[in-house]
Amino acid sequence: MRIQCEHLSYTYNAGSPFAVNALRDVSLTIEEGEFFGILGHTGSGKSTFVQHLNGLLRLPSSLKKYKPKKPKKGETPPPAPVLRVGDYDLTDKKTDFRALRKKVGMVFQYPEYQLFAETVEKDVAFGLKNFLQKGEKLSEEEIKSAVSDALSIVGLDGREMAVRSPFDLSGGQKRRVAIAGVIVTKPEILILDEPAAGLDPLGKREVMELLHNIHGDWCKTVLIVSHDMDEIAENCTRAAVFSEGTVAMCAPPAELFKNAEALLSLGLDIPLTAKLVLALKERGIDVDCDYTTEDFIAKVLALKGGRA
Amino acid sequence: MHAIEFRNVDFAYSEEGQRDFRIRQLNFTVEEGEFVAVLGHNGSGKSTLARLTNGILIPDGGEIRVFDTLLTEKHLFDVRKDVGVVFQNPDNQTVASIVEDDVAFGAENVALPREEIGRRIDFALHAVGMEEYRHATVARLSGGQKQRIAIAGVLALKPRVMILDESTAMLDPRGRREIIDVVLRLNKEEKITVVLITHFMEEALLADRAVVMNRGEIVMEGTPAEIFERHEELLTYNLTLPRIGTICKRLREGGMSVTDTLDIASLADEIASNLKGGNAS
Repeated sequence: MRIQCEHLSYTYNAGSPFAVNALRDVSLTIEEGEFFGILGHTGSGKSTFVQHLNGLLRLPSSLKKYKPKKPKKGETPPPAPVLRVGDYDLTDKKTDFRALRKKVGMVFQYPEYQLFAETVEKDVAFGLKNFLQKGEKLSEEEIKSAVSDALSIVGLDGREMAVRSPFDLSGGQKRRVAIAGVIVTKPEILILDEPAAGLDPLGKREVMELLHNIHGDWCKTVLIVSHDMDEIAENCTRAAVFSEGTVAMCAPPAELFKNAEALLSLGLDIPLTAKLVLALKERGIDVDCDYTTEDFIAKVLALKGGRA
Repeated sequence: MHAIEFRNVDFAYSEEGQRDFRIRQLNFTVEEGEFVAVLGHNGSGKSTLARLTNGILIPDGGEIRVFDTLLTEKHLFDVRKDVGVVFQNPDNQTVASIVEDDVAFGAENVALPREEIGRRIDFALHAVGMEEYRHATVARLSGGQKQRIAIAGVLALKPRVMILDESTAMLDPRGRREIIDVVLRLNKEEKITVVLITHFMEEALLADRAVVMNRGEIVMEGTPAEIFERHEELLTYNLTLPRIGTICKRLREGGMSVTDTLDIASLADEIASNLKGGNAS
């Protein structure tokens, strides 16, 4: 499923003194199969954007009570927003948002706070049962095997874990269970808001590894919202930088971080490799790398080899 | 004088299976005015250490002293006035809806005179750079600002020791920097002893001394640079080097002569001299 968004704007508390323009005329297309990164400060609009993608926030035109406004005379109406996720038209009130949500899985920040059932198995199965269509039925066996598959792809032993209470697990394990509870419906697009936040360094690495396992056969497209530039540099195919409700930049990490000055001027950090490339440039050495640690090291060593 | 002193402390969580470690015969001291970082993976006992220090948890054996006051039930509240703790989640640490009420809460609780509370709020909000927000609504602040308010609430009690238990873990990079700046300033200017519990290796670099915990034991101790030099050992405790340390190590493995450094400019200098040296030979 391809995500296509044009001219999307959104205002919180519209018409009140607390009105905030969270998105201003955002256009962004994300292709099927990408591992896409979304960057930006707190309050830059990135969460508002991703919440549109599975209909948690809705365009006015998709609401039942919506009546199109007639434009005043002599005034050109703003361009109509376009928001399509695969075949779903999110500007249309006839769209089946429930079916959409099954296809677009959303993992919130600190998803482990949302665990609630007595056993891991029940917790993971909840999402699955919740999304059953009217008349659709799954046998106990089918549910068990779906849950066990979802647990194993997040790196947990389904049989051993199934009967345990989610509240007895470690922080990293809880987060995996929470992710399993979302991917158990096999969504085509998986969106994660800061999936690695608050974990220790090892836990962070494990979460990123499991996302790469999920990406591909299990979920075709993965979107991560992140503050960690190194995480973006190491993992993403492309990334968009949100700033004050607009998309300031959108490119593969290798291009994005080449433009380090622009990111710094937006008050954002740059990956360590980009800082080193800048520092080396000041010393008259050009390192042309894609800003992953691997590539940086390889290129620096190649420079040495080339000169020796 | 020792700010914190643990002598042969034993502690185990009573609930079976709640934690997979116990603390046995732990010895640990922090000097007055020191800035100590405590590292360790999740569940290594870092937070337990913090909770023992201000009597949220009571040890099964051994002694804990804070500025020579033995931590017992009788002195619990004296010790808590000296030891302020800031926790991880900013949303769990606010009690009032207006900033100044929230900051005053602790001071009101120990029944300080009204004028004194006013002065303490001034001091605390100034120290964390939030004077302008005195009458703001807590719910409308950012995570970093809420966490600074939590620090101000602790400061209003004029503690001599401040423990930050992963206080930056839930913040974005900007919020994290705000907190670290405030903490460094309090340590240097107000001479408050700081114990910083963190996952972020980059934050640990700012400390005078770092200790590493694993399964309830202190397994490494030294300056941050000394700790990070022992990378093989760090890995066995499920910790990783700061990213820059990994790069130094990998370049060296690739045959480049770089020393371990945690500073970007000096690593760039070393790489440059390697490349230029190679040119000359």
